[in-house]
Amino acid sequence: MSEIIKNGQIQADEWTVLRLAEGDDAATIELPHGRVIVPLAVWLARRESLLAQAEAGVLGVWLTGSDDPAAIADDLPTLQLVAVNFPKFVDGRGYSIAALLRTRYGYGGELRAIGEVLRDQFFYMKRCGFDSMQPPAGRYTHAQLEAALASLGTFTEPYQSAVDVAEPLFRRHLRPAPAKEQA
Amino acid sequence: MYQYDEYDQRIVDERVAQYADQTARYLAGELSEDEFRPLRLQNGLYIQRHAPMLRIAVPYGNLRAEQLRMFAHIARTYDRGYGHFTTRQNLQFNWPKLEDVPEILRLLASVQMHGIQTSGNCIRNVTSDPFAGVAADEAIDPRPWCEIVRQWSTFHPEFAYLPRKFKIAVNGAQEDRAAIQIHDIGLDLRRDAEGKIGFRVLVGGGLGRTPILGEEVASFVPWQQILNYCEAVLRVYNLHGRRDNAYKARIKILVKALGVEEFARQVDAEFVHLKDGPSTLTQAEIDRVAGRFNDPVLTPLPADEAYRARLADDRAFANWARRNVRAHRLSGYASVVLSLKKSGIAPGDITAEQFDAVADLSERYAQGEARVLHEQNLAFASVREADLHDLWQQLHELGLATPNIGLLSDIISCPGGDFCSLANAKSIPIALAIQDRFDDLDHLHDIGDLELNISGCMNACGHHHVGHIGVLGVDKNGEEWYQVTIGGAQGNQASLGKVIGPSFAAAEMPDVVESLIRSYIDNRNEGEAFIDTVRRVGIEPFKTRVYAERSARQEERKPAHV
Ligand code: HEM
Ligand code: SF4
Repeated sequence: MSEIIKNGQIQADEWTVLRLAEGDDAATIELPHGRVIVPLAVWLARRESLLAQAEAGVLGVWLTGSDDPAAIADDLPTLQLVAVNFPKFVDGRGYSIAALLRTRYGYGGELRAIGEVLRDQFFYMKRCGFDSMQPPAGRYTHAQLEAALASLGTFTEPYQSAVDVAEPLFRRHLRPAPAKEQA
Repeated sequence: MYQYDEYDQRIVDERVAQYADQTARYLAGELSEDEFRPLRLQNGLYIQRHAPMLRIAVPYGNLRAEQLRMFAHIARTYDRGYGHFTTRQNLQFNWPKLEDVPEILRLLASVQMHGIQTSGNCIRNVTSDPFAGVAADEAIDPRPWCEIVRQWSTFHPEFAYLPRKFKIAVNGAQEDRAAIQIHDIGLDLRRDAEGKIGFRVLVGGGLGRTPILGEEVASFVPWQQILNYCEAVLRVYNLHGRRDNAYKARIKILVKALGVEEFARQVDAEFVHLKDGPSTLTQAEIDRVAGRFNDPVLTPLPADEAYRARLADDRAFANWARRNVRAHRLSGYASVVLSLKKSGIAPGDITAEQFDAVADLSERYAQGEARVLHEQNLAFASVREADLHDLWQQLHELGLATPNIGLLSDIISCPGGDFCSLANAKSIPIALAIQDRFDDLDHLHDIGDLELNISGCMNACGHHHVGHIGVLGVDKNGEEWYQVTIGGAQGNQASLGKVIGPSFAAAEMPDVVESLIRSYIDNRNEGEAFIDTVRRVGIEPFKTRVYAERSARQEERKPAHV
């Protein structure tokens, strides 16, 4: 069982992420037992038969950088877990996908970052609407993950509007007007 | 210039703490080389040929005296006593130690500075007109808008890991001095028929391997919506820019692949949703930011008679004034360019002693402020005409009064092979050799306006594509050669130079430039600048001359047959 960060806390996690290997057929691949996050291709191929599990909260769907979140727009009220995959931590498409899911498509369930999810990106992930982050298994010790929680709050008053805090700084606070003394 | 408030300060302080922790984890082996790289790059730290190189953001080229003094201190304490101004108005140190960088950043934060997003695949330091706020041809002061873009782009969570770097420039004057056509986004401030402020938006400019001039995607975005619009551009780019090949990852490639109409359509489709959202700007915010610039209140003065008299009878002073002094929007004042292009010194380099002295002079003559030009020089925005002569004498002592602004010896050059590990060839020695050949002032003044840009490889850090004469280092079987282009230009009539033919060895470069100049002098009309002659007669006469004279030189060198 791996450890994830959810809502700012470390938690044990029992979800399995199903990844298709070369040659696997989305329509027929056998799903692992228990709670499972399936790739978009599997969801699209077998939506009817998976719907009940999704409604019961034991099946989620993950998207990757090249996937269009519009593909699951209609399913979002049903889904309780959507994950976004970071194939490499420097591939920033997942941030835009998360922002779109939360704002454009109004997704309110758990939004999880999976793949190459590292602590130095937690802050940006949180701001883009991820409420859970799943670093690669074994990447961090428990102690390192504890230390990493601080990364969620690196910047206390960010400038711009984002998913977690929609108002930009200039709308949140009355910022001091012109500096008083002349330079 | 803009003064931080407590929020701005807190953000840079928190950045220093974050980076100190990241460096410690890297040194302890908890962060791999690959994991650490983007983190250090987004704080301006490259690992170069000899040592790390630290790039410090000079937001749209604005500096204060205390910041110049901090540069002097850092140069002395952590570097080898000098720094280098870049073609993006930033400052680089070439010799800091990786372990010292958190401390350097802490010192910088103490004077409202940082290295945030000066490198890496994120939104970079915003650049603009160095004469913003004082230029006679300015319609709208770009600085508050630059600062607003700076704040919005600082740690924008959605756009910290773009396919490639992303550069934004803002212009507010008749003449574009911010090179907006060679930026990923060029923002051109303007007024509509009713006098309302907005932006013409250009997208997809950039140099590098595939030089492209930006194209207009929106003719007028009202100022309230400009961040929403930029967000739409960036989202389209972040989702659809290529990530499979770093050479094809800039937004310019996406715009070309889609065509500008389709690109604009996708941006509009995104903008529809973002328009009027939380990032919509308010008049109160614009006023607040503009107010924090704390500009000195200058009252117009009568034209200074003594200054005019001196111009008439002091030729050296007049030469300097002709090239290094610019008109100011107010009578009785001028802007002064400090040349960092003295012969024998790498273009853009400045010593710790000069930093300190410039700080002192800025306080005495220029309200404690200085500007950085993307041509790698410094400027004082507002100097009283009556002070010009004194200032000139003191700049002269410091080696900062070379009267060559905009002339052939005002060479723009990247650090090249002496420092940069990506280089094909050295740039600085070429710049120095050309300066050395053209050291006669009268001749230089006679040649007139001419921009010569040198890059050590096709990454184009020296903007060679837009040099009137562009020099590019190329690798020929492991040897350093140079390809020459002419006809490039920045500004309103931006254009990309054309290659004149096969490349040259380093030792030939001064001769090649000389051939180009002779060809220009023979072909020019009365009062016509080099670039205008090239535009009128084309590259052929230049090309013919250069290669004919080259053959003649080679003939001469052949031993005579016995
Ligand atoms: C010394 C370390 C440096 C490295 C490793 C470096 C690397 C690069 C690379 C790889 C590019 C091409 C980016 C692309 O096309 O996507 C580039 C572009 C650029 N660099 Fe540098 N550079 C360095 C120093 C400098 C310096 C000192 C300057 C200023 C003098 C500079 C200014 C620029 C500019 C203006 C561009 C933009 C050209 C464009 O629009 O594509 N760089 N640099
Ligand atoms: S142009 Fe090439 S050689 Fe010059 S600084 Fe850029 S990457 Fe280095």
